[in-house]
Amino acid sequence: MADVTQEQLFEFLCRMGDNTLVLGHRVSEWCGHAPVLEEDIALANTALDLIGQTQMWLGLAGEVEGKGRTADDIAMLRDVWDFRNVLLAEQPNGDFGQTMMRQFLFDAWHLAMLTALTKSTHEQIAAIAAKAVKEVQYHVERSGETVIGLGDGTSESHKRMQDALDLLWPYVGEMFVSDAIDDAMAAAGIAPDLADLRAQYDAHVTPVLAEATLMIPEGGFAHKGGKTGFQHTEHLGHLLTQMQWLQRAYPGATW
Amino acid sequence: MYAQMVKSEAADESAEAQAFQARIDAGEKIEPKDWMPAGYRKTLIRQIGQHAHSEIVGQLPEGNWITRAPTLERKAILLAKVQDEAGHGLYLYCAAETLGVSRDELTEMLLDGRMKYSSIFNYPTLTWADMGAVGWLVDGAAIMNQVPLQRTSFGPYSRAMIRVCKEESFHQRQGYDIMMKMAQGTPEQKAMAQNALDRFWYPSLMMFGPSDADSVHSAQSMAWKIKMNTNDELRQKFVDQTVPQAEYLGLTVPDKTLKWNDEKGGYDFAEPDWAEFFEVIKGNGPCNTERLAARNKAWDDGKWVRDGLLAHAEKRNARKVAAE
Ligand SMILES: [Fe+2]
Ligand SMILES: [Fe+2]
Repeated sequence: MADVTQEQLFEFLCRMGDNTLVLGHRVSEWCGHAPVLEEDIALANTALDLIGQTQMWLGLAGEVEGKGRTADDIAMLRDVWDFRNVLLAEQPNGDFGQTMMRQFLFDAWHLAMLTALTKSTHEQIAAIAAKAVKEVQYHVERSGETVIGLGDGTSESHKRMQDALDLLWPYVGEMFVSDAIDDAMAAAGIAPDLADLRAQYDAHVTPVLAEATLMIPEGGFAHKGGKTGFQHTEHLGHLLTQMQWLQRAYPGATW
Repeated sequence: MYAQMVKSEAADESAEAQAFQARIDAGEKIEPKDWMPAGYRKTLIRQIGQHAHSEIVGQLPEGNWITRAPTLERKAILLAKVQDEAGHGLYLYCAAETLGVSRDELTEMLLDGRMKYSSIFNYPTLTWADMGAVGWLVDGAAIMNQVPLQRTSFGPYSRAMIRVCKEESFHQRQGYDIMMKMAQGTPEQKAMAQNALDRFWYPSLMMFGPSDADSVHSAQSMAWKIKMNTNDELRQKFVDQTVPQAEYLGLTVPDKTLKWNDEKGGYDFAEPDWAEFFEVIKGNGPCNTERLAARNKAWDDGKWVRDGLLAHAEKRNARKVAAE
């Protein structure tokens, strides 16, 4: 089995943790503003799970790095170029349909990824994945059902869901593009080969979108630059100005 | 309180009404299918509805800080708290529905201003310390009122209060914990904590409503065990509990007249500005416009979602029937 460097492992853990951090933040923006009370409660649940997962991933990232950084330090004190989440996670909420479409497209990947990670050769990663996968199983059932309900609802809800899919589909590809870090993780048996996840993903997503009477856009174009940190969207910086405000304005304080 | 200045209907003198009152006096619970005077039903709908609306609108001032919470743990705690409040709203709407009014009807009355919510949620949350002050003072004041309401005569309301109270005391402790961290923190944090107390003290006292010791409405509600204590009793209890907590934090209650009174075994304290209270109730509080606008926007923007999900459920049912 090949070895991975500490830097590679840190990078991988940031990818996992930044996805949940940034998406959890986005979902939490809904709190108090959802279309029905039950949805408000459900969205808060999802956000809570994602924040909890972030604490585990970024906590482990800090341990692996060995410089004494906590999960909070990593979340609150890095700038945009150090973030490793996929671009899909940082996309704005839009309307409720756009939020649920983003959630479903992410959840389906997340489920496949975490399922594979439960078999990771890295014990702590396998343990985090085992805990998270149960939560994400529930997330994807819920987001999938909502996509179906709204896609196959009224003509207005159908149109809005198709618009959301058209808007967000180009962000799906990035979740499956491997780079040197992913290759190293796969070679060491720490994480799966991302290309292998794609078939699983399509087998999950295609029938749900079909039942929702939605058309997957043609063309394989994929935006990228989030998980490598090379080029995020403009949205991420604004998210950080809120998320990091107190830690930046009052350095050294404990809360 | 979460239900402030709820107007009580008058009792009637029929034999049924007298038998009903006898049940209440004997400490029995009234259940939705039981006979009840029209006035009892109407008053309860007003009170439970207003209470539910307060939980829902109450999500907004705290929701305001979820995206700015300083640590992941604080963010999770705050999010869970606001989620609890939505849950409280849900239990209470369910309790109100047993009286023959739907959640949608109640919601519409909130949105067009026919029904009120607690005055406290029309005050802004300006710093992180406000998350501490709200938990400590606002949830603390709510508990004062809701603990006795666990014994209220209407079964579904009483059971909702039992569930709610467990979570509220948790919220209050979490709020106090935030205040503690701030009060023991950097000079800026301590100043933030004092500033939050300065702004939230009097609005918290207003939560109990103006003195109702001589009010006919309150007397009827108390006979029906819909209201368990007078506003002044609860306010006094709140002050007596809170002042030592503020002292422990090293913060100063913004009331120069505050003084322990040995004779009554409680604090003497200044009344809040009731003129301000009535302005807030009328719609002129610092955030009334924003709060109602936010609820209206959520409702209006959500229409297509509610319609879409309903249409889908109907289609699915129709397909099921066709398949059978
Ligand atoms: Fe509550
Ligand atoms: Fe509460």
